[in-house]
Amino acid sequence: MALISEFPKIVPVGDQAVNIEFGNEISDAINDRVYAFADALTSLPPPWIRELVPTYRSLLVHYDAAKFDFDTINAEMLELVQSNSSVASSATRRAQLIYELPTVYGGEYGPDIESVAENAGLDTSEVIQIHSSIAYRVYMIGFSPGFPYLGGMDPRIATPRLATPRTRVPAGSVGIAEAQTGVYPNASPGGWQLIGRTPVPLFDQNRIPPAVLQPGHFVRFVPIAQDQFQKIESDVASGDFEIQVSESTR
Amino acid sequence: MIVRNPGLLSLIQDAGRTGFQRYGVSVSGAADQEALLIGNLLVGNEPDDAAIEVTFGGAEFEFSQDAYVAITGGDLQPSLDGTPLSMWESFFVPAGSMLHLVAPMSGMRSYIAIDGGIDTPLVLGSRSTHYSSGLGGISGSALKPGDIVPLGINTDNATPGAKFPSELRTEYGSDLTVRVIAGPQQEQFSPTGIQSFYASAYTVTESSDRQGLRLDGPQIESSQGKYDIVSDAVVPGSIQVPGDGKPIVLMTDSQTTGGYAKIGVVASVDLPLLAQAPPGTVIHFAEVSVPEAQSLMRERRRAITEADMLTPLRKTRQPLTVDGVDKDVSVTYRSDDSSQPGGTLASVEINGIRSTVRIEEIN
Repeated sequence: MALISEFPKIVPVGDQAVNIEFGNEISDAINDRVYAFADALTSLPPPWIRELVPTYRSLLVHYDAAKFDFDTINAEMLELVQSNSSVASSATRRAQLIYELPTVYGGEYGPDIESVAENAGLDTSEVIQIHSSIAYRVYMIGFSPGFPYLGGMDPRIATPRLATPRTRVPAGSVGIAEAQTGVYPNASPGGWQLIGRTPVPLFDQNRIPPAVLQPGHFVRFVPIAQDQFQKIESDVASGDFEIQVSESTR
Repeated sequence: MIVRNPGLLSLIQDAGRTGFQRYGVSVSGAADQEALLIGNLLVGNEPDDAAIEVTFGGAEFEFSQDAYVAITGGDLQPSLDGTPLSMWESFFVPAGSMLHLVAPMSGMRSYIAIDGGIDTPLVLGSRSTHYSSGLGGISGSALKPGDIVPLGINTDNATPGAKFPSELRTEYGSDLTVRVIAGPQQEQFSPTGIQSFYASAYTVTESSDRQGLRLDGPQIESSQGKYDIVSDAVVPGSIQVPGDGKPIVLMTDSQTTGGYAKIGVVASVDLPLLAQAPPGTVIHFAEVSVPEAQSLMRERRRAITEADMLTPLRKTRQPLTVDGVDKDVSVTYRSDDSSQPGGTLASVEINGIRSTVRIEEIN
C-alpha cells in the first residue's frame, strides 16, 4: 500500500517528457486533480511546455528539451505542483454535462451482447437496462482518436475482453472490457465485447478540439431502434444532427 | 509526382502531429526523424516539411515536374531512370524521370525529400499519415498506385550536389546498442527482470511496424507477476512489457496511452536506429541518465544543423552534341568527388531547357 505522501510524484519519461502522477488508481478525486493541474499549467503556461497529455491519474508534460534541462523542469514542476492543490478544473467547475448517445443494442450492432448477458447470468434486456441507466464519467481520451474511457459501469455486466481481438470493429461500436465501457469513434482493431453501436460521430478532424467528448463530461447511452439509427445517420451526413446535451448539477 | 508503385508501404510523413495527443491522436510522422530533417536541409526545405517515407523498397515514382530531391535514411538502392543515385545528396530531377527504390542495402526506410515539400492538406496541423486512424496523407491512407502527390512550390533554395558529410551519417547496424532511460514503472519489475532486460540480446520480430517493435528474447520478470497499470500516456520509445514478459518498443504511430508497465524509454538520439531496424536485428539495451541523453540529443542535433553540406561550387565548360549540333555547354555543380563511381549529378541549361547530367572525371 502506497503512502499518501508518495503523490504527487514527478517521474521522467524519456529525455523530453515528465509524468506527474497524482495517484495510482481510478478515482474521481485523482482525475479531478489531473485536469485541474493541466488547466493551471495551460493558463500560465511555462515557456518549456510543448504538449500536455492528461490521463486517469497522471499528467504527461512534453517539454522543450532542446533548450531546457531536466533538472530545471523537475525543480519548477515540483514548485508548481505544490502551489496548485486545486481540484477545480474547468471540467469540474462546469455544470455536469451529460451527452446522450443514441445506441442500437444487440444484433449485428452489438454481436457480443449475448455473451455479456451469459457471463452476467442476465437477459440481454437486463444488460441493456443496466448499461443505459447510468451517466458515465469521461476519465480520459486515449487509445485512438476521440476514444472515451468511461467509468462507473455496473460491475454486474463487467466482462473480460475477447480472447482474440477483432481485426476490425465498426465505427460507433459500444463495448465492454472488464469493468470499463467505451465507444470506438473510428473503425479499428479491438478486443472489447461489442454490445451496441451509436451513429453519433465522436471525432471530427476538421474541428478544434477534434474530440466531441472531453474529460469531465458524462455520457448516457439511450437505447434506440434500427430505423432511428438510420435516421440519425442520414441527419449526421446532411449536417442536421445535433448531439443532445443535458445539464445537471453535481 | 505520380505514384507508379508504392512498394510495400509508402507514406507522406512530416515532423509529426503534435498537440492533439490528449484527444487520442497519435503523433505519427517520420519514423526516422533524423533522416527526414537531413533530407529537408539538403533540398533547402523547412526542417519539418513533409517527405515520402518508403519502407523496404519496390517503389516507383514518376516526376511530373522538375524538382530537386535528396534521399536519406536507409539505403534502398535508389536509381533515376536506371542510373544509380547517391544517398544523402541532393540532385536535380527533370520532369518525366522515374525514381526507383529497389531493396534494402542498409536500414529499411528511405526518405524522399523534395524541394518545396509536399502540398497535401494539413490535418490537425500536420500532413503525416496515420493510416490506422485514417488521418493525413492522401485521404488518410498509405500511397496507392496512381496517386498524384502534389508538390510544394519550388523554393529556389536547393542546389544539386549538397551532401551530408559521410562521417556524420548514422550507421544502421544489425547488432545495436540502444540507450535507455529507466522508468517510468521500473519499480514494477524484479531485480532479476531488470537484469535480464539490460544483460540480454533481444531480436526484432516480424510482427513489428510503425506502431511498435515487438522483441523476442528472455522474459522480463515483474516483481509481483503484475504487468498492467492504470493506463497512462506513452511516448515514442516507451518500452512496455505485457504479460508474456517480452518487451515492445513503441514507435511513432503508437496509441497515445497504454496499460502495460514501462521498464524504460529509449533515448531520443537512438530512435533513428530502431526506425531502421528490420526484423532479425539484435538489440542490447544500455542505461543512460536523463541529462546524458539530453546532451547526446543536443550534440547530435547541432552536428546535423551545423554540418557543412555544401561543397564548393564548380563550373566547367563541356563540349556536347545536342540534336546533332556541337555546342559548348556551361555546367554548374557542387561536388568534391566527381571521381567517385557513377560521377555526380549536376544541372545544365541548354537553350533554356534544364536537364540533369552526370559528370565523370575523365583522365
